[in-house]
Amino acid sequence: MPTIPISKAKPEYDVAIVGSGAGGGQMAYTLTLAGLKCVMLEAGRSYDPMTETAMFQTGAQAPLGGSSTPDKDFGFFDATIDGGWDVPNEPYTQASDKPEEQFKWWRARMMGGRTNHWGRISLRNGPYDFKPYSRDGLGFDWPVDYDTVEPYYTKVERLIGVYGSNEGLENTPDSPEGVLQPPPKGRVGDLMTQKAGKKIGVPVVPIHRAVLTKPLDGPTLAAKLHPDNKKAQKIVARSMIQRAPCFWATDCGRGCSIKANYQSTTVHLPPALETGNLDIIANAHAREILMGKDGKAKGVLFIDKISGKEERVKAKAVVLAASSGETVRILLNSKGGEGVANSSGLVGKYIMDTVGSNLKGQIPALENIPPHNDDGAGGSHFYSPWWEYGAQKAGRLDFARGYHIEIGGTRKMPRGTSPVPGDYTKGLYGTKLKEEARRYYGSFVGLACRGEMIPNEGSFAELDPDVKDKWGIPVMKWHWKWSDHELNMAAHAQDKFTELIEAMGGTALPNPKKPGAKSILQGGEIIHEVGGALMGHDPAKSVCNEWNQTWDVDNLFLCDGSPFPSNADKNPTLTIMALAWRAADHIIEEARKGNL
Amino acid sequence: MDTPTSPTRLPRRKVLQWFAAAAAIDLTDLPSFAQSASATTGYGTDPDLTKVYSPGDVWSLTLSDPERKTTVALADLIFPADEFGPAASELHLVDFIDEWVSAPYPNQQRDRDVVLPGLQWLDEESNSRFQKPFSRLDEAQRTAICDDLCAERPATPDLAKGARFFERFKAICSGGYYSTPEGWAAIGYVGNVASGIFTGPPQEVLDQLGLEQTVKDG
Ligand SMILES: Cc1cc2nc3c(=O)[nH]c(=O)nc-3n(C[C@H](O)[C@H](O)[C@H](O)COP(=O)(O)OP(=O)(O)OC[C@H]3O[C@@H](n4cnc5c(N)ncnc54)[C@H](O)[C@@H]3O)c2cc1C
Ligand code: SF4
Repeated sequence: MPTIPISKAKPEYDVAIVGSGAGGGQMAYTLTLAGLKCVMLEAGRSYDPMTETAMFQTGAQAPLGGSSTPDKDFGFFDATIDGGWDVPNEPYTQASDKPEEQFKWWRARMMGGRTNHWGRISLRNGPYDFKPYSRDGLGFDWPVDYDTVEPYYTKVERLIGVYGSNEGLENTPDSPEGVLQPPPKGRVGDLMTQKAGKKIGVPVVPIHRAVLTKPLDGPTLAAKLHPDNKKAQKIVARSMIQRAPCFWATDCGRGCSIKANYQSTTVHLPPALETGNLDIIANAHAREILMGKDGKAKGVLFIDKISGKEERVKAKAVVLAASSGETVRILLNSKGGEGVANSSGLVGKYIMDTVGSNLKGQIPALENIPPHNDDGAGGSHFYSPWWEYGAQKAGRLDFARGYHIEIGGTRKMPRGTSPVPGDYTKGLYGTKLKEEARRYYGSFVGLACRGEMIPNEGSFAELDPDVKDKWGIPVMKWHWKWSDHELNMAAHAQDKFTELIEAMGGTALPNPKKPGAKSILQGGEIIHEVGGALMGHDPAKSVCNEWNQTWDVDNLFLCDGSPFPSNADKNPTLTIMALAWRAADHIIEEARKGNL
Repeated sequence: MDTPTSPTRLPRRKVLQWFAAAAAIDLTDLPSFAQSASATTGYGTDPDLTKVYSPGDVWSLTLSDPERKTTVALADLIFPADEFGPAASELHLVDFIDEWVSAPYPNQQRDRDVVLPGLQWLDEESNSRFQKPFSRLDEAQRTAICDDLCAERPATPDLAKGARFFERFKAICSGGYYSTPEGWAAIGYVGNVASGIFTGPPQEVLDQLGLEQTVKDG
C-alpha cells in the first residue's frame, strides 16, 4: 500500500484520520471520494494483501506446523502483524490480579488493522438494539434508531459485499431485496445443528459474512452508492471489478489475496488512494490531538516509530479510529494528560466486550463419514440469531439480553496440533491409532455463544499513572467486571449447547474451563471491544453526539467502536462502518457549508 | 491463481556443529538434558508468511544423534507405513519433533522437559530389558515396551511416567504427521483446492446422516 514519509506531507489537510481499520478505512473512503484532502496516520507498517497473504501454504511449510505461539497467537499464517494479546513495546496494565477482573486487549499494528484477519461476520443491529434502555431499563439508548442507520447498513453491504439470507426474524433485520449475496451451502456441522435446533426450538439460518459468493456488478453498484459523483463511480466500479469471488478454499483469517472478503486494505483504501486525495503515513503512532486556543482540534501529534521523533500533521478536522481502547488513550493523553473532549468525565467509562462461552460435542453419527471438502467460505456459514425475546419479555429468563450461536466447521485443515483430542486415541499406536484418528476426525461440533454485555460502572479504562510505553506515552490500565446478566447468559448457553449436542445424538465434552457461569471467557477475549466514549443526546451524560462528533470539540470525530452505548450480540464492525459513513457524510455536509 | 503446492521434502539434517562437542558428554548424565533449548528467539511478530520453512530455518535443532535415533524409531512405531499412509520417517517427522522441542516458546519448552527425559528413559528401559537402545530393538521388543506404556493401568510408577511421555510424544507426532498432505489423506481432510463452486456435502453423506441441504441453488 503506497505511503508517504512525513517530509512529503502537505502543510494542512481537510481531515486527519488516525487508524486504517474498519472505521478509519470507511472514513477515508467516503471523505476522499467526496473530494476532501485527507491524511491517515497508521501506527503499524504498510501491508499488501496481494503479495503477503499465505493462501495455500500448508502447516508443513510453517514452523511448528503453523500452530499458535506467543508471537502469532492465532497461528503462523494469521494475517496479524506486530499484534496479538501482547504488542512489542506497548504494554498495558490491569487494576486487579484476578483474571475475571482483567481485560485482555487484542491489538493489530498494521495497515488495515484487525480487518485483515477478522471473522467477517457482519450482522445489523436490530431496532431493539438501538433502544435497549427503553426496553428493559438497563444501560443506555443510542441517539439514533434503526431507521436512521438502515440506509448506511445498505450502503456498506453493497460496498463490501455480504452473503446471507433474509429470514424475517425478530430484531434480526432483513436487507433490502438484492443487496445480499447468495449464502453458501450448509456444511455437515451446520445442517446437523439446524436439524437439532428444529427439535428443541432454536432457529439455525445462514449467517451474514463479508465474503463475495459471486462477482460484484461494479458499475451498477457504484452508481447506486455515489449517484451524483461520476469520478467516484468510475473509481469504485474499477475497484469492485478487481475483486474476485471466493474460490472456496483457504482460511479467511489469513486474509484474502484475491480480495474476495472485506479487509480495509482491499476494499476501502485502494479506491481512496486512487482519488489522489489520500496520503497515508505508516509507522506513525498518534500520541495527542493538537488543540488550538479556540478549543478546536488543529491536527495530531505523533511518534514516527522509525526515527523515534515527534512529528505533527495539521488538519481542519480530526477523526480518531484507532480501535476504541486506543482512541480513549489518545483522548486522555491529549493536552499533556489533561484530556480532551472529557468535560463529562466519561472518557474511558463503560467499556464492553461480547459474552463468550464455548462448548464442543462429539457426535457418533459423524464418525467415519465419507471424506469430503468442508472448507467452504473460510469461516462460518450458519448461526442462530437470538430466539428468546418472548421468554425474556415474559420474565422467564434471569438475564436481560440476547446471544447468538456460532457454529464451528468440522473437517478443518489440521494445523500443527493433533486434530483429534488425545482422550480419543489414548493407549493406541500404529495402524489402530490412524484408524481411530480417522474415525473421530470431523466428528466434533463446536458451538460458541456471542452475547450482549450490558455496560457497567466496573468496566472501564484509565491512564496508568506509572507505566509508559517505549515512547514515554502513558499506557491504559483496565478494570473489568461482569454482572449477573452476563454470567447467567453463559450458564444458559452451556445448557442450550448441551441440549443441541444431545439432540444430535452426541455428548458434550467436559468444558476444559468450567461449566455454567464459570465458562464465561475473559473480558476482551472475543475482541469486540467497544465503548469508552459513548454517544448520546445529553452532553453531560455522553462524550459524542449522534454524528460521532465530540460535544466539547466540534471538529473531532470518533469513528471506531468507542461511541457505542451498547454492545448488541451482533458483532460490531458493520455498525462501526455504517456510523463512520454517516459521520463522514456529516463532515462533507459541514465542509460544503464552509464550517470546517 | 495459486495452486496447492506439494509438501517440502526436508533434507536430511546435517549433524549440528555443536553436537560434535555434545557427543563427548556422557549422554546418560542427566543434567545435560535439563538444559533448555538454545537461547534463540522465535520468528517474531512479523515473519515472512509466504516463504516455505524447513525445521532449523528459524532456530537451531538441538536433539543429539542418539535422541534423534530413538525419536525416529518411536515415531515409526506410532505412525508406521500402512494402508492409510507413509511412515513417520518417510515424512521426516524427526525434524518436526526436533524443531518442536528446540523452539524457544513456553509450550514447546514444557514439552522439551517431557520429551528429552522421556527419550532417555526409553533407552534406559530398553537397555535394562534387552541390553540395547530402543532404536536397535526389533519390532517385537519395541512393541513389548509400548504395550506396557499403553496398558489401561501401567504396572509401575516408572511405567506410568513413561506412559505420560508416550502420550505427549504421540500428540506432537500427530500434529506434525497430519499437517502434511500425506497426513491429510490419512485422516480424511479434503480441501485447500480452489474451485468455482461449493456444492456442500455430497448427497451420499447427506443421505447417511438423514440431512437435507437447506440452502437451495440460486
Ligand atoms: C480474530 C478476530 C475476529 C473478529 N471477528 C469479527 C467478526 O466476525 N465480526 C465483527 O464484526 N468483528 C470482528 N472482529 C472485530 C473487528 O476486527 C473490529 O471490530 C474492527 O476491526 C474494528 O475496526 P477499528 O477501525 O475500530 O479498529 P482496527 O481494525 O483495530 O484498526 C485500528 C487501527 O488503528 C491503528 N492504531 C492504533 N493505535 C494507533 C495510534 N495511536 N496511532 C495511529 N494508529 C493507531 C492500529 O494499528 C490499527 O491499524 C474480530 C477481531 C478479531 C481480532
Ligand atoms: S475462503 Fe474465500 S474469501 Fe476466504 S480467504 Fe479463501 S478465497 Fe478468500
